[in-house]
Amino acid sequence: MTGLEKRSYWRSVYRRYGDAEQAGRKFLVADAGGRVVGFVIGEVRDWEFGSQPCGWVFAIDVRPDIRRSGIGTRLLEAICASFRRAGVRKLRTMLARDNTLILSFFRSQGMMAGLFIPLEMDLET
Amino acid sequence: MRLQKNTSLALYSVIEFAIDPARRISAAEIADKYGVSSHHLAKVLSELARAGVVESVRGVGGGYRFSGNARRLTLMDIIQLFEDFDPRARERREPKELTAVDMALGAVLSEIDEIAKATFSSITLATMLRLIERQQSGATTAAVRQDGERTAVRPGIPRSRDRKSNGRRKLA
Repeated sequence: MTGLEKRSYWRSVYRRYGDAEQAGRKFLVADAGGRVVGFVIGEVRDWEFGSQPCGWVFAIDVRPDIRRSGIGTRLLEAICASFRRAGVRKLRTMLARDNTLILSFFRSQGMMAGLFIPLEMDLET
Repeated sequence: MRLQKNTSLALYSVIEFAIDPARRISAAEIADKYGVSSHHLAKVLSELARAGVVESVRGVGGGYRFSGNARRLTLMDIIQLFEDFDPRARERREPKELTAVDMALGAVLSEIDEIAKATFSSITLATMLRLIERQQSGATTAAVRQDGERTAVRPGIPRSRDRKSNGRRKLA
């Protein structure tokens, strides 16, 4: 999405989330005949600023050649079911506002703007 | 971002068409429903037809039907047909005439516009139809809860089948 390679970051995500479910961490893959065609990663976060714990999805993707066949929907449904079993009742995510493809996907699943507004600033060097 | 009346009218019209893509709807029917002149609406519909969102249907009564792809077409695609988002179109002064206050206020206003644009760009017509269904079922559930029995609830955008029993709406 950003075009930046973050190999070590994703390796550490795989180590922390991919090996086994622990402490509310979820890493689900869509398997089609032994071939991984999509994945979703998230976790239960206690969250800050007085919010209740929520299910936080921070990565989802489906192979471009088989998009629009419902795999993303099934992945999201599966992780939501997993969050529900963990006792949370809210799903959250955050992405760049020009990422229309994934924004549209989450919108199609019923997600709306939440109560939180992301803020940022450039740090002067 | 303040949408012009034509833009709102286009959004309402496109949703009307997309609810039942096979149905031909006359301009007069939509104009009557939203309390606008057919002449006014004709301009909006012809722009939508030019963009391929609707197609005109010949024959007795004429009219239009939906011809877009509801899973691809976003609210922003419709809005862009009627609104000019170029900030230079809004600002009539030369950049050198702008004060620091103008520029600071402009930065805040454009922040709001960017969020609005991202929202409109991420909502397809298919998503809108789902939102409408959810509103309808939510309204029905609320009415059942309130009355203790099933009550017909008129949503903001009715299903086209219900059009006759729906009151006329006036666009702001």
